[in-house]
Amino acid sequence: MKVVVCVKQVAQLDEDFELRDDGRDVDPDCVEWDLNEWDAFALEAAVRLGESAAEAEIVVVTVGDDEAEERLRACLAKGADRAVRVWDGGLVDADVMLVARLLAAVVEREAPDLVLCGVQSSDGVSGATGVAMAGFLGLPRVAVVTGIDYDASARTATVERELEGGLVERLRVRTPALLTVQTGINEPRYASRRAIKQAREKPLEELTPADLGLDAEAVARTVASRVTAMDHPPKGDAAELIEGGPDEVAARILAIVEERVG
Amino acid sequence: MSGVLVVAEARRGAVRDISLELVAAAGSLVRGAGGPLVVGLVGADAEELAPRLDVAGVDEIVTVRSPREHFEAHVAEQALEALVADVEPAVVLLGHTIDALGYAPALAARAGLGFASDAWSVQWDGMPVVRRGAYGDRLVARVEFPGRDRVLVLMRSGAVEPAAGAGSARVRALDVAFDEAAIATEHLGYREVERGDVDITQAEFLLSVGRGIGDKSNLSQFEELAEALGATLAVSRPIVDAGWMPSTRQVGQSGLTVKPKLYLAFGISGAVQHLAGMRKAETIIAVNSDPEAPIFNVAHYGAVADLFDVAEALSAREA
Ligand SMILES: Cc1cc2nc3c(=O)[nH]c(=O)nc-3n(C[C@H](O)[C@H](O)[C@H](O)COP(=O)(O)OP(=O)(O)OC[C@H]3O[C@@H](n4cnc5c(N)ncnc54)[C@H](O)[C@@H]3O)c2cc1C
Repeated sequence: MKVVVCVKQVAQLDEDFELRDDGRDVDPDCVEWDLNEWDAFALEAAVRLGESAAEAEIVVVTVGDDEAEERLRACLAKGADRAVRVWDGGLVDADVMLVARLLAAVVEREAPDLVLCGVQSSDGVSGATGVAMAGFLGLPRVAVVTGIDYDASARTATVERELEGGLVERLRVRTPALLTVQTGINEPRYASRRAIKQAREKPLEELTPADLGLDAEAVARTVASRVTAMDHPPKGDAAELIEGGPDEVAARILAIVEERVG
Repeated sequence: MSGVLVVAEARRGAVRDISLELVAAAGSLVRGAGGPLVVGLVGADAEELAPRLDVAGVDEIVTVRSPREHFEAHVAEQALEALVADVEPAVVLLGHTIDALGYAPALAARAGLGFASDAWSVQWDGMPVVRRGAYGDRLVARVEFPGRDRVLVLMRSGAVEPAAGAGSARVRALDVAFDEAAIATEHLGYREVERGDVDITQAEFLLSVGRGIGDKSNLSQFEELAEALGATLAVSRPIVDAGWMPSTRQVGQSGLTVKPKLYLAFGISGAVQHLAGMRKAETIIAVNSDPEAPIFNVAHYGAVADLFDVAEALSAREA
């Protein structure tokens, strides 16, 4: 079987981050990059599906600048067989729809049995890239999946979908299909030192949108939103800050406990 | 092309709360965008449930009968496409809910709609303008949709007060010729998460810990502290995902909604899905070393401090 896993490098803001000069995003020098938490679970799910199949190929795909290569190598060390990175300078402000369209173009080329994505990314929090991709591809899809049981001979997957309030729906989906994977579905593995070394030898392909048949005009046409400004959120009725050292904080907390539930 | 189409949501025979919040958001939008305000509802029982959506401000309710008893994402996508073609709105509003996340982005992609999700607000400023969080709600982004004459927005729940007051909407059924071949899933059943011996929804005082506690071995210290303070221990999702505590202790959108007199949070950042489960607590105290953590926006009292230092000082005073 073949599984494509879409992953993203996410930005974690430094404590004293600053905005870019145009005010539309954070200065990229003020962030640290990491693999998106949800994608780690999606990758692990793919690797486990691969391990229980007679023959399998796991391909990780990302849209990201050269920083993202480190994230792809980490995925290769955790069991992916090959990686694809899509980028060119024009993608710096790519929105959900453009990223989904680029990933869809890679999936089209790979023709996998399953596409796995994370439910959302921790920095963008759109929760939409995977399902938008399914829309571009016309693929069956299930969002927020907490269990996957793939039946290769029947070409179906029995999955669990997590709803609000602890409710879970069981359903069967026809494959090829796209699933967005929720945290907690498995326990993502750590890579061994040996696997990290081996990952350096695994293939990592770099593509531009043009390589995927998307010229500048097609790219511009796909963008469905534009951030025009970023700002600090209004503070509202901000919390009353408890000042002082740990002992003073503890004393104040105990006083509030006494007052409210004493 | 004008007006707003709200897509209401129902599950297991009941209209979900988000539906009337969307109507309220649409109400202020049509003042700028122009009417009408149309509410669409898709489901096997859509016609029976339609009167529940007849609140002040709604001009028309359009029902689509689903060929499936339960929500099905590919049915929903086709129904949404038909509703949009029929109503021809400038703005389509849905909730940022698990169901909507399963189909709305797919239609937006296929139909080339302007798109934004997890919106805090949508306003008309000669064109639709969305405000939404960025970087886990540490920042707020202003989003526009240049070149799109129709946009689809998924709204965060709890962002506006639900619409109320009796309405006088027309009700109409829209017949949709569903493509059966595209309905790719089959419902097998629902499962509720088991209830444990402890019911955190009934507790008056919850001491809640998040990923900030770092390691499983640190959990027992907070169990002991909770006991000493007379509190019940609750947790955020990563603690359950890691298998350190059962899901019966999880607060949030996919866990339980709690409304204690006091919620004391250690090392919880305040992600929207966590806040969904506890923002109605009477008093919230947050201890977090990050002064920018979004939990401080809902907390009544906050301490920017190392949680272990505070926990130890609390234990020492209680001993
Ligand atoms: C569909 C969906 C449903 C979800 N449902 C839920 C849900 O029901 N409940 C839920 O909780 N989440 C839910 N989530 C996950 C949610 O998005 C967050 O990932 C999660 O709430 C984060 O948990 P946290 O705050 O414990 O961890 P983090 O966000 O990692 O925050 C840890 C915090 O600890 C602080 N910290 C670290 N060390 C210390 C220290 N020594 N002293 C003081 N502070 C410290 C950090 O500053 C940080 O703010 C859901 C997500 C999705 C997509």
